[in-house]
Amino acid sequence: MDTAFSNEDLKFQSEISDFIKTNYPQELRDSINTKRKLGKELSREDLTAWHKILGKHNGWSAPSWPKQYGGAEFTPTQKYIFEQECAKAECQYIMPFGINMVGPVIYTFGNEEQKAQHLPGILSGEVFWCQGYSEPGSGSDLASLKTSAVKEGDHYIVNGQKTWTTMAQYADWIFCLVRTNPDAEKPQQGISFLLIDMKTPGVTVRPIKLMDGSHEVNETWFDNVKVPVENLIGQENMGWTYAKFLLAHERSGIAGVARSKKAIERIKQIASSEMSYGEPLIQDPAFKAKIAAAELELSALEYTELRTLAKDSAGKGPGPESSLLKIKGTDIQQAVTELAMEAVGYYANPHLGTTLSNEYVGPDYATNLSGTYFNFRKASIYGGSNEIQRNIIAKMVLGL
Amino acid sequence: MNFDYTEEQTLLDNMVTSFVRDNYDWDTRCNIVKSEEGWKEENWKQFAELGLLGVPFDEAYGGLGGKSADLMIVMEQFGKGLVVEPYLPTVILAGGLISKLGSEEQKNSIIPEIISGNIRCAFAYAEPQSRFDLNDVKTSAALNGDDYVLNGFKSVVFGAGMASHLIISARTEGEQRSESGITLFIVDTKSEGLTLQNYPTIDEYRASEVIIENLKVSKDNVLGKINMAYDAIEEIVDISTIAACSEAVGILQVLKDSTTEYCKNRKQFGQSIAKNQVIQHRLVDMMIEYEQAKSILYMAVTADLSNTDERRKAVSAAKARIGKAIKFIGESAIQLHGGMGVVDEYMVSHYFKRATMIGVLFGNTDYHMKRYMTLTQSGISSSDEAISVSVT
Repeated sequence: MDTAFSNEDLKFQSEISDFIKTNYPQELRDSINTKRKLGKELSREDLTAWHKILGKHNGWSAPSWPKQYGGAEFTPTQKYIFEQECAKAECQYIMPFGINMVGPVIYTFGNEEQKAQHLPGILSGEVFWCQGYSEPGSGSDLASLKTSAVKEGDHYIVNGQKTWTTMAQYADWIFCLVRTNPDAEKPQQGISFLLIDMKTPGVTVRPIKLMDGSHEVNETWFDNVKVPVENLIGQENMGWTYAKFLLAHERSGIAGVARSKKAIERIKQIASSEMSYGEPLIQDPAFKAKIAAAELELSALEYTELRTLAKDSAGKGPGPESSLLKIKGTDIQQAVTELAMEAVGYYANPHLGTTLSNEYVGPDYATNLSGTYFNFRKASIYGGSNEIQRNIIAKMVLGL
Repeated sequence: MNFDYTEEQTLLDNMVTSFVRDNYDWDTRCNIVKSEEGWKEENWKQFAELGLLGVPFDEAYGGLGGKSADLMIVMEQFGKGLVVEPYLPTVILAGGLISKLGSEEQKNSIIPEIISGNIRCAFAYAEPQSRFDLNDVKTSAALNGDDYVLNGFKSVVFGAGMASHLIISARTEGEQRSESGITLFIVDTKSEGLTLQNYPTIDEYRASEVIIENLKVSKDNVLGKINMAYDAIEEIVDISTIAACSEAVGILQVLKDSTTEYCKNRKQFGQSIAKNQVIQHRLVDMMIEYEQAKSILYMAVTADLSNTDERRKAVSAAKARIGKAIKFIGESAIQLHGGMGVVDEYMVSHYFKRATMIGVLFGNTDYHMKRYMTLTQSGISSSDEAISVSVT
């Protein structure tokens, strides 16, 4: 048992942190910070600028991808270090839809033409992807999805509605689960995995505003959208297999440990400035105890993640343990966003960046912390709700 | 980065696992804990033959030179079998103090005796008023000629009744709660002036109240430097805390696995109760708690324990977090076993009781939470690290 970094690891760590120092643009940091504080929507450029920089550097935009597809093919330890360093430096995170989700599906199940067409754009960050899984009637019960794709000659005609399409407002492409066989014995058997160009006539995106006022998700409508059959991944009606692969594939970072660590550090700083009973809030026993509890949970989760990564590197492939990381990771993210909101007392109230008020009020650090708390209620719901994750563990790990 | 056992560790793990499987079936254990002695000397001899009693000791004294990870392996398996022989009190706690503080002469005379299984030791540190504070020592030791004379009272000394020797912490100087002024003495348990009141514990281990009245101890039997024992006591208790956490993780695995099996087999309303989602999610939460407990144990075992602050932080983080897991997994195991959970006859209650008492050992969850908070948050002051407040 050994968790110490080797000299090579340490060299790698300083290589990453040096790279971030030299190459992470200050204007990007300023732009994102200003918008975050005012609760303003990030632009496509904000979301992809860092991705594009990493994409030009040894495939660092795709830490897990094999080298043959242009990825960095980091070892598990390197991935861990890379995430730590990016989180420490508060780098904008890379949108997962291309790099972590559809990319691995394409290089694992796609044909040569599909790989050549799509992988370079995903890697470089030039092509923006979104995910078409959920539907209004198919949330946790994803396999009940109804969006249909009917083959007519060399096209599929797609009709239906997807929802919770994150950042569809910027997306060039969407990967969709569609029903190609409505008569299959089991609902999972009639589903296919289709890539759709968002510019195709008949695709309409409508924003959904979340409770913090943010615009992250959308409804995406398909009205007789013609999709070339070449855009089918793998075999028709095998989409559920690819979808499951995608869900279990990218475990590294799913728990968000490094970012939660950074968030706790910030809360401690805020709580050192905020006063309660005439003393810094950080001295308040009740508040202190909550911070410590979050730290312990995070410390345990960090080692749960490391144990999982170590298992991965030993060639034991991904499995349902990712459900555990998702449940605990999001629990902690929610606890941390709540503590941050709690730390600023009355200044949880102002809702800035609306049409009614566009000026800063209160301490700089307090802005939009309540918005983040409200926004993060999504974390235990998205990606398979935490209840669904428990069902997965019950079935796949405990054999119930 | 890896969490694999080395070849030697795998051998050790297999050895302890086989011992528990072959010598510690449930009926055998029940007979041991009901016996007058509360342990089985034959098992102790076998520990000696297997080399288990030498795991943490330096090779120079005939030990194996093992580290925390090796002790973790032993204790985790002992936990799975609810092994009651006083390994933790003798080998890890008292043995740790002797290794840390003993003179060459003391080490040469005592450690080989422990390793060969001829003697057992226990550490008498807690007092009625001290709770978990290792620095709170009222028991006094006054110099009288070439001897020290000890007077006082020690509480809940695990394994004292099976021990040939006790290590006693006593105050040679300073106020009751002062860290300096504490000295350790090694005494024969049969010494005049020492009275042991032995009793079983709720989890079927054995402990003693130790009454010390004008106990004469020769200067030669002082362990370490006069007045300076505190740091070593804290360190060895920390190492022993990791061992206790390891035992707990072994117990929690049994509680989690046996409860899952029980729910699969138990039928109500014409089906296995594990078909109910409310039961499934409880079992999943037990599994998650177990994995988190195991992870934080690994964190502590792989921490740099030679760095005092890191050691304290890691140990308290592990003890506090595992304490929380003990409560959740233990109480859930009883609840899901229904009526079978609350009876003495069935195994699960015994595992629950032992885990719960480990929760108290060397400081409970709140105690270690507070220690952890003191270590991680006192460093931030409002003047130097607080971020600037800009109000517009």
